[in-house]
Formats: sequence, C-alpha cells, structure tokens
Amino acid sequence: MIVAGIDVGSLSTKVVVMQDDEILSANTLTTGEEAAVMAEKTLNQALRKANISFDQLENIVATGYGRKSVPFTDKSKSEMMCHARGAYWLFPSARTVIDIGAESVKVIRLNENGGVEDFAGNDKCAAGTGIFLDTMAKAMEVPIEEVGEISLKYKERAQISSMCAVFAESEVVSHVHRGTPRNDILAGIHESIAERIFGMSNRVGIKEDVVITGGVAKNIGMIKALEEKFGVKVYVPEDPEIIGAFGAALIARDSK
Amino acid sequence: MIVAGVDVGSLSGETVILRDGDILSYSIVKTGADSAKTAERATEEALKKAGIPFEGIEFTVATGYGRVIVPFADKNITEISCHAKGASYIFPTVRTILDMGGQDCKAIRCNDVGKVTNFAMNDKCAAGTGRFCDVIAEVLDIPLEDIGKISLQAEKDAMISSACAVFAKTEVVTILRRGTPKSEILSGIHEAIASRVFALLQRVGIERDFVITGGIAKNLGVVKKVAEKVGLEPLISQEPQIVGALGAALFAHEMCKKEQP
Repeated sequence: MIVAGIDVGSLSTKVVVMQDDEILSANTLTTGEEAAVMAEKTLNQALRKANISFDQLENIVATGYGRKSVPFTDKSKSEMMCHARGAYWLFPSARTVIDIGAESVKVIRLNENGGVEDFAGNDKCAAGTGIFLDTMAKAMEVPIEEVGEISLKYKERAQISSMCAVFAESEVVSHVHRGTPRNDILAGIHESIAERIFGMSNRVGIKEDVVITGGVAKNIGMIKALEEKFGVKVYVPEDPEIIGAFGAALIARDSK
Repeated sequence: MIVAGVDVGSLSGETVILRDGDILSYSIVKTGADSAKTAERATEEALKKAGIPFEGIEFTVATGYGRVIVPFADKNITEISCHAKGASYIFPTVRTILDMGGQDCKAIRCNDVGKVTNFAMNDKCAAGTGRFCDVIAEVLDIPLEDIGKISLQAEKDAMISSACAVFAKTEVVTILRRGTPKSEILSGIHEAIASRVFALLQRVGIERDFVITGGIAKNLGVVKKVAEKVGLEPLISQEPQIVGALGAALFAHEMCKKEQP
C-alpha cells in the first residue's frame, strides 16, 4: 500500500511517501505564503522522486500548523500525534519526544505503546523555538547551518539572561560589541533555549529514552546543550525534520 | 535647596532638577552602552539648562533599570515608587498609573499621597513594550515618532494574532506583502499592545483617575486604544517621559529636607 504524509510547518513543508514499511522518498520545501500550492508542489516532487503517480496514493494524512489548508488530503492529525508516532516507530524505547520546530516546541510523553500521555509546549512565545535561534544567528551574521558546529568550540558560555527573543537579541548584539567570542555566544544561546525547554518539560516530566525531532535537532550544539541540561543521552533520527511527515504517513498507512 | 532625580532606563536617561520642590529644568538623552555615563550626560544637560554647576546639587536620587550604577546618586529608589510619586505630583487625583517604557510595562495603583499600594509588571517579554513598537516600525520602515499619527488614519485594524514580537513581526511581513495598508497594520499592532497592557492593568484593578507615563504615552495611537479598552480617558502630562525622574527628584527633595533641620 502506498501512502503519503504531509507536514505543513510555519517555515517548511515536508512530504514522506511510503510503501508498507519502507520510505520511498522524502522532500522538503519552504512553505511561503501559499501553503496549499506549496504542499502540492512538495508532494509532486516527492512522487516524482519515488516514481509514483498521485493516483497510486491510497491515503494521504496532513499535519502541521497549515494542515487544514491542504485540499487533497483524506485526513488531518495534530503534529503532536504525528511526531509521537514517527519517533516511536524509529525508537520503540522512546518515552519522551521533544519536537523543536520553527515556531513551536513541544515536549511529549509517551507510554510503552507509543500513546501520548501528556505534553507541554510554547503557546504564544518564540522562546525555545527555531525562530529564536534564527534571530540570534542573523544578529551575529552566522549562517544557521553553521551555528551548531561553531558553538561546540566554546570556552565559557556567554550569559543570555532574557527569555524573550527580542531582548535576547539585544544581549547578543552587546556581546558581539564587547568582543565575546562567537563560539561562547552561540553556546550561551543554545543553553538559553535548552533552559526554556527544560522548564517546559518540568510539567510533564522527562522519561528515558528521549528523542529530539524537528528541524532544530539538526543543530549538534543544541543537542549537546539539551543533553547537558537534561542529564540524559538523547537520540536524534537521521533526518529529524521529516518525522512529523513520516508519522503522518504511518498513520495514513495504518488507518486504511 | 537644589536636588536632582535621575532615571536611567533601557533606552533613554532623564534628569529632573528641582529648586525648593519646583521643576527648574529637565533633560532626556539616549542610553549609551555605559549607564553611568548616560546618567552623567543627562544630568549635565539638565544642569546646563538651569545654569547650575554640578556642585550645586545637594541630593540626588537615581531610579530606573540602571539606577544602581549611577555613581553620584545618594540613594536609589525603584521606578515603581518614582512613577507613582511623579504622577501624583502632576495629577493629585491619580489612583492608577500605566508606565509604558522602552523594555517594560508596569501597572501601578497608588493612594491619595502617591504611595504605591499594588503593582504588576512585565519585564520578561517585549509584548506591550516600546520594543514591540520599535520592531514593527523597523519592518514597516516608518520612523518610530510617526507610527502613532499614521495608525490614526486607519479605517480598520489589521488582525495581529501574536502577542510575541518575533511572531508578530512575521505576521506583519506577510500581511504587508498581501497589500494591507501600513496604517491598518499599525492600528492592529496598537490594539495588540493595548490588549496586553489592559491585562496587566486588570491584575491590579483600575480606579480613576488613570494616568499613562513613559515614552509610549507620546504615541497617540496606543493611547487611543488603551483608552477604548479601559473605558477611561487617560491623563497624560506634557512630558510623560520624565515622570520617573520627577518622582526621584521629589524623593530627593523630601530626603534633603529631613537631613537639614
């Protein structure tokens, strides 16, 4: 059975095409303003990669903040359900999934069967999210892809005391002016994000194993900072960004 | 008896000079990297206007977020007490004060002698502060001084659903590209700020008279939205930005009087 999962995030749209237990293709594009148009484009590219036609898809499940704007799906599911599903399939020992996206962050606790027991997340605030990291990287003029590696070479983490992205940005700028090494500043930024997520997780509790999903999980500095803050080893899927879409595809497969 | 009140805020520094309890002069300067220097610059400017040498000041009270590093201050007093003191000097009937500063926002209740009875503040988040306006004005490429006036031309408000300045910025970029007029965006932004500060005011309760202080009080767009939410016409002094420094100076005057029998 061939199915697709589509994750329409605030920043990027991800598609996973699956046949039974196997991923045939995955594709990511920038969401932009026309979520529906981009969802279609992302899906078409993924289908082409897999050499599958649209008509061969037996089921499509959409997720993500823009899931309601995708016209051709059979069903939509919350990001939380999809990330839980995708992470648990890859790591059956996962009991906590932390999904760090562009504008959202969620700490999800799972039971032994992969069911969602509890969760906490950011609501109206950018602290702890990808856009927080992005704002700081821009202020420092460091490409976002390089932030993680650079941060690992820190000597002493710079102190970033503000939780608010706007105030933290000013702090970062004054660190730059003062001549604080950029490794130290970036390490401080990661610590600040980890601190925020740690605060969020207090309510649901952290149970091992911990899996990190979402685009920000590609940042090795962020992963190290989280491991240190939580005091546990964390697991990261090979392509953490597509886990929501992957989970959606699994739900599409199993609900048909 | 000549005294000074110095308010070192996140974005600006103000000094008020009093002679025997009456305002002699005041100054407003931008905050630099060094808070101590900001305080000095503001005070020097105010003294120059008054034609008084630095040594002429008998007592100085510092307030504001940089108050602890004003080297020449005899005493530090919180902004909350100083805003209540200053507002109540200008408007003796005041019972509720909304201080809207560059990086924080405070709702203050006071009694008939300007003493603080309750307060709530937000200094952890840019929502509802001057920085929020700043971020949006920059995206819209409009000078900060003009956003109030421009917002008043709007026929309706653009819907801004985010309280977070970073998310709101993204929203504004999107609706701007869709062709929403800047005036409507600004009006929507002011509405968002007003909702935020109204929630803060509700935490302390609102009793008349109601005064708005701080630099944002000069933004007529925000003032109008706050007035609509609160249901009271706010009183605003001629120079709302110096109310904190004025309060500090009034405390300095009282303390100086006590010291001199």
